[in-house]
Amino acid sequence: MDTLTRRRFLLTSGVVGAGALAAGAGAYSLRDLLDTAGDRDPQSHTLVLVTLYGGNDGLNTVIPYGDPAYRAARPELAYPDNEVRRLDDDFGLNPALEGLHQRWSQGGLAIVRGVGYPKPDRSHFRSMDIWHTAQPDRPGTTGWLGRWLDGAGGDPRLAVSFEPALPPLLAGARSAGAAVPVADRKAAKGLSAETLKAFEAAEPGESAARARAAACFADLRSVDDMIRQVRDSAEQDTADPDGEQAPATATGGARTPLDAQLDLVAQCVEAGVSTRVFSVSLGGFDTHADEKQLQAVLLGQLDRALTGFADRMGRTDAGRKVVVAVYSEFGRRVRANASDGTDHGTASDVLLLGAGVHGGWHGEAPSLTDLDDGDLKYTTDFRDVYATLLERVLDTDPGPVLADWRGRVDKLF
Amino acid sequence: MSDREAVAHLLRRATFGPTADEVDAAERAGAAATLDRLLAPGRADRGAAATPPPALPADPYAALTKESTREQRQKANAERRKQLQQVTEWWLDRMVAAEDGLTEKLVFFWHGHWATSAQKVKSARVMQGQLETLRRHGRGPFGPLVAAMVRDPALIIWLDGQKNTRKAPNENLARELMELFTLGIGAYTEADVKAGARALTGWTVDRGTGTARFEARRHDPGEKTILGHSGRFDAEAYAGLLAAEPATATFVAGRLWFRYAGTDVPAPDGLAGTDTTTTLRAIFSAPAFAQTRGTLVKQPVEWMVGALRQLGIRPSALPEQQRKQLLGGLNALDQVPLRPPSVGGWPAGAAWLTTSSLQARLRLAGMLAAATAPAVLARLTAAPAAGRPDALARLLVVDGWGARTRAALTPLAGEPRKLLAAGLISPEYTVS
Repeated sequence: MDTLTRRRFLLTSGVVGAGALAAGAGAYSLRDLLDTAGDRDPQSHTLVLVTLYGGNDGLNTVIPYGDPAYRAARPELAYPDNEVRRLDDDFGLNPALEGLHQRWSQGGLAIVRGVGYPKPDRSHFRSMDIWHTAQPDRPGTTGWLGRWLDGAGGDPRLAVSFEPALPPLLAGARSAGAAVPVADRKAAKGLSAETLKAFEAAEPGESAARARAAACFADLRSVDDMIRQVRDSAEQDTADPDGEQAPATATGGARTPLDAQLDLVAQCVEAGVSTRVFSVSLGGFDTHADEKQLQAVLLGQLDRALTGFADRMGRTDAGRKVVVAVYSEFGRRVRANASDGTDHGTASDVLLLGAGVHGGWHGEAPSLTDLDDGDLKYTTDFRDVYATLLERVLDTDPGPVLADWRGRVDKLF
Repeated sequence: MSDREAVAHLLRRATFGPTADEVDAAERAGAAATLDRLLAPGRADRGAAATPPPALPADPYAALTKESTREQRQKANAERRKQLQQVTEWWLDRMVAAEDGLTEKLVFFWHGHWATSAQKVKSARVMQGQLETLRRHGRGPFGPLVAAMVRDPALIIWLDGQKNTRKAPNENLARELMELFTLGIGAYTEADVKAGARALTGWTVDRGTGTARFEARRHDPGEKTILGHSGRFDAEAYAGLLAAEPATATFVAGRLWFRYAGTDVPAPDGLAGTDTTTTLRAIFSAPAFAQTRGTLVKQPVEWMVGALRQLGIRPSALPEQQRKQLLGGLNALDQVPLRPPSVGGWPAGAAWLTTSSLQARLRLAGMLAAATAPAVLARLTAAPAAGRPDALARLLVVDGWGARTRAALTPLAGEPRKLLAAGLISPEYTVS
């Protein structure tokens, strides 16, 4: 297997770099996080990064309804003027984004337009690797927040994901964030605590995978039953996995509903844990066909989860220091295909809300007619956004994390 | 590595988990003859013959019309879910019953490779049809498999092929076909994706009969340039081009290595053969394959099917409640057959080793130990208490326990069902 292919498998198969594995990725429970309560500088901010897997159609999220080229390119897929939630005379939000629209009116939502990177790659897996690693030319084995973690001392509890497998963006060279499972905590009957404890011991000369299997027994012992309450409330949403509606081809994303993941984040933030970065995700945006209804359902979930979270965060001091950033690996083609869907595209919007974020427009909207082979030309490099977040939210010099990247998004904070 | 350890390693990887008797027979036959017999069984599979695929009635959706009521649609929906569960349960039972374990595991490999989910396809007949295609072509040369798959109704629905027309091509199928199923990323251009999508235009699926159909008026018959070749390519010609690319053979051999040998030891060069059986022979014969012992995390389905075989449990013979527990357990472990989470297939390696998966394995291990056949349990209890951990290793075809696991097992010698459950969750059993 060549290096590129091997690396790709490591990333897209949920198996992060060897460094991360050795660092014991995932060997943390919610109890471990809550034990850090009070360890942090009360003035420090928290970043919540929301990844939308599958390539969310940016042009039907922040809709350029005032541009005749929008309707011309996708007549069936375009939203009519009277359905769009108006932001100004040219742009509006998808009708499903009711809560975010309200935040915009109050100055609490920032939209960075045309975010992308040079020579866009239209593979989900490759493009997601690029966003995770922030290395468009040659995605490596470390994620941008993993490298931040390396520089911040490497304590995995500083960077947390509530997904069963660690997302590549949290894998550093020397350390890795913690993947804290939203686990089903029904007690295991039969085997005693002594037996399970005996399995925790390390065995000299054992393979990394067997050592990891043994480490799971230690992790399990410390998982708090607070997780169970979240799981129970999440289960209602998964009762009927298959409605009549045909979903998009799956390309990844957490199985736990976004609102349940954000609920855990909220609990941690309110408890004052030391975590500075939370990674959450929502999948299903690969809308090659019958996009309109499908995307609206997903955006509705996103809207409810984000606004519920933001409202809750607004009620505590710790919560008011949280910044949320939402992105997807690419937008979609300007022109609709014949299936009332769109194929993989390029630049799209990044949405931000929370502490100190200056609401309103940032960056330039890409032209709908001056295209690069049918796709939008990006106007803001995604590393400008990352660098700004590192500087303003994580109080870190972005240089070592982003290969001395100089760009910033001005006036975002 | 002893001779017994070598054949046990081969059988653990090539099949869904051998029984102690199968390892005994393989040890007597020797490694070379065992590999030959795995690759060319040479006799009819009685286990497969005894577990024919269910004969499903027509897709309940075929009878619906625009005038159908909400109740009728809900009923059809429920009926569809029931049919899918029936196929999933049948497949699990087949994996356990089959004598030709290599073919059964290879069908599962291809299912993860051409990862198609019932979540979107919804029709059990169409999913079952794809499994039959994977079985028919799975051992042979790759070309006929690709040619069959570009016309496979389940794959077409999964990747929106039925919406791909001359007027506005839909690239979903063409892109994933090249990136994930044949060439691998980097071995084609965006222009190849666009041209490939045009070659695939015209294939649609008749939802009533669940068959693929070519509609000439939707097809783009024009000249296309794909991978440097120009011509009026259609789906079959495009499939032929992809299968003939050297990058495809290398990529697919790498994927087989990834699943059968893992990632700890890089794939040696020159594994790709003229057909999959030959490639598997090269993988299992490679000196590097022997070095991978003890490093490959069993996928949940591999773990469960292996345990069912070794403990003498036939899923179809279990009461409904326990059959439900099996599928529920696979769901908790995040690997339900017919429902891969992504077109990129299932995860691998340490991704399966989380606290949540350990909890699910604990519950399943207790259930499996409780359902263990009395004859199998008797073999364990025939050994004196002090020898039971070793008898357990033999039963579960583990080469041996480390000090850690032996310390965990020894106190359970007097409680054979607990001993079994503890063996199933041990790191030595979980990672083969």
